[in-house]
Amino acid sequence: MNKPVSPDEFITDEDGPLYAARKKVYPQSVSGRFRSIKWRLMAVCLGVYYLLPFVRWHRGLGAPNQAVLIDFPNRRFYLLFIELWPQEVYYFTGLLVLAALILFLMNALGGRIWCGYLCPQTVWTDLFYAVERLVEGDRRAQMKADAGPMTVKRAGRRVLKHAIWLMIAWWTGGAWVLYFADAPTLVRDLATFQAPAIAYIWIASLTASTYFLAGYMREQVCVYMCPWPRIQAALTDEWALNVTYKYDRGDPRCSVKKAVDIRALGEKAGDCIDCNQCVAVCPTGIDIRDGAQLDCIQCGLCIDACDAVMTKVGRKAGLIGYDNDINIQHRLAGKKEIFKPVRARTVVYASLITVVCAVMLYALMSRTLLDVNVLHDRNPVAVRLSDGGIRNGYTLRLLNKRGFDRVIAIDVDGPPDAKLHVIGADSVTPDRPMIVLARDTTTELRVLVTAPIDEKAEKSVPIIFRITDIGLGEVASATDHFVLP
Amino acid sequence: MSEHNDIDGVSGRSTTGHEWDGIKELNTPLPRWWVLTFYATIIWAIGYWVVYPAWPLVSGYTTGLFQYSTRASVATDLADLEKLRGEKMAVLGNASLADIEKDPALLALARARGKTVFADNCAPCHGSGGAGAKGYPNLNDDDWLWGGSLDQIMQTIQFGARSGHAKTHEGQMLAFGRDGVLKQDEIVTVANYVRSLSGLSTAPKFDAAAGKKVFAENCASCHGDNGKGNPELGAPNLTDQIWLYGYDEETLVETITNGRAGVMPAWVGRLDPVTVKALAVYVHSLGGGK
Ligand code: SF4
Ligand code: SF4
Repeated sequence: MNKPVSPDEFITDEDGPLYAARKKVYPQSVSGRFRSIKWRLMAVCLGVYYLLPFVRWHRGLGAPNQAVLIDFPNRRFYLLFIELWPQEVYYFTGLLVLAALILFLMNALGGRIWCGYLCPQTVWTDLFYAVERLVEGDRRAQMKADAGPMTVKRAGRRVLKHAIWLMIAWWTGGAWVLYFADAPTLVRDLATFQAPAIAYIWIASLTASTYFLAGYMREQVCVYMCPWPRIQAALTDEWALNVTYKYDRGDPRCSVKKAVDIRALGEKAGDCIDCNQCVAVCPTGIDIRDGAQLDCIQCGLCIDACDAVMTKVGRKAGLIGYDNDINIQHRLAGKKEIFKPVRARTVVYASLITVVCAVMLYALMSRTLLDVNVLHDRNPVAVRLSDGGIRNGYTLRLLNKRGFDRVIAIDVDGPPDAKLHVIGADSVTPDRPMIVLARDTTTELRVLVTAPIDEKAEKSVPIIFRITDIGLGEVASATDHFVLP
Repeated sequence: MSEHNDIDGVSGRSTTGHEWDGIKELNTPLPRWWVLTFYATIIWAIGYWVVYPAWPLVSGYTTGLFQYSTRASVATDLADLEKLRGEKMAVLGNASLADIEKDPALLALARARGKTVFADNCAPCHGSGGAGAKGYPNLNDDDWLWGGSLDQIMQTIQFGARSGHAKTHEGQMLAFGRDGVLKQDEIVTVANYVRSLSGLSTAPKFDAAAGKKVFAENCASCHGDNGKGNPELGAPNLTDQIWLYGYDEETLVETITNGRAGVMPAWVGRLDPVTVKALAVYVHSLGGGK
């Protein structure tokens, strides 16, 4: 597969050049199965990205009505019916773990399908290519124009292309900031130049990065900048399906006419007619017939291109397809092709994904909207009172994650005859302090527990603080210790 | 640069001429944009030297075009913080002590402020948690020499005890032994009597009637007939279980013989009024306040 490259293809003077100019890639437009999958996925991805901030979600008084909102000033994250607090950021850890596992699974099944179909770099570059072709024409027209002199008409097209690119880039940056504030309000503020400076800065920097990454860097991001191809090369195994040129079927390459002659002589002629269509459509400008390579983003466009050619010359499609070397060896040896999506690693990935999903779902469903944490005073741990009783001090931290104020009663269980005093609380009934917990906040309380000393008592007994929502009956509790001096 | 023109046999590409254990490094040129980016970072660094403080000199450093200083920016941040704090503290200043304790938001604010001020000023004597030590009252318990109401605590913080301030709390535990008012055996007797007031054990041959008499003649004027103490005079309650200097016979004899006169400094003038207010609320909320 790694056929020797002739030395004069490379510059061989003295120490070689310090750098090489990028060879511009002019991928040709193509249509077919994978292209239409890509169009659809692009529509879904971009649609979600651009429109999601405008989806409303009614959460009640005082809470934001945006379906997806990252509210930094108030330290809240809203995702549909889920509201996450800063102390719940572990959900994001879970999401990242999940994302990594899904990526691994995709990789084990179909190579870099993420890169070819879903990666933002691919999606936006694809969109930019589409604009470019629309304005400046397809591969041939562009190459011809680039080789020829600059004309007014050409310059006009250039300007138009960049204008459209910049508009898309700007819209991309604009959509980004809408995730961090109420979208309709922010749009209005942005339009009337009343939005915070940070919003404009973000829009500007994302406009710039979209424009440069999708308009200029393109495949170089995948080849030189992105770590994923390196990682996935280490993760993959021989069973993963990758876009593969089936050289067992394609080689030796020859024109249709020649093939007829060769076959007439009873010798083997390959199906590849060396038309270079697969190279022309490749967005990274490589030749898939050289074998699996780092630069291939697995977009499947060469499959579409080759299938079209094969259909035209009346041969079976699928000369390039999702396949692996094992199958090539099998076919060469006259054995049957086998596909093994179920293997140790895919099973492990799939079960890990299931486990992480289940854990996250459970955590999400079982989390409380009323919570209490307790911290025992450390200095002093216990105080002897003038009547000989013992008092311990605690700091209670109460969380009310609901969108309304609630009245909470605080009770304590543990040392016999314990008396509870909450600094700043009301007591409607004696010994049952009550406090109003403001909606969507944490409240810190200083709490003193006094108990008569019992000479036979243990040095330390467990103590349970229980908080009860008087209205809803929701209960939460926390355990600590009551200690003697 | 080495002189070579080495072509790798397998790939047919030129190598850099470097070889390790028979493995040769192919000469794969970097993309131009990569190299340009690298040069740009170098130029950026040079620009940085010019614009920002960068080079150490014998005394001082190059200050850069913008005279940027992290110290100055910290000073600005601190000034902003002080301003912000001032606004919040003004709210505390306008509220009465009782109002502060009733309003959860004000209470939290006062406690937060009080806590830091306590750590800076009071902790050396009273301990970081206000637990005190021998001779330094525990502020968490319910026994107060000069009274434990919010106002009384505030008063004590402001003017101190035996601090020399005109409005300070005054009150002396006399040196009954050193000054020759009581004889040694009377002192031992009254010490035992005081222990009996709190239900502590007494010496076997102790004469309770004699002790009571000595107490009535010498101690009751401050500590009260029944030994319950008097916050006006800072006279401790002798019937409870809290003892500032200790309650064994030897310590009591020492106390009666030489007297005690612990000093609490006056904080008025050293801490601003709002801070004292916050401190009073904090100390009151430690748990001992009445
Ligand atoms: S070789 Fe084929 S699959 Fe790979 S990047 Fe090029 S067109 Fe896409
Ligand atoms: S498109 Fe198909 S037939 Fe044409 S060169 Fe590529 S592999 Fe060969």
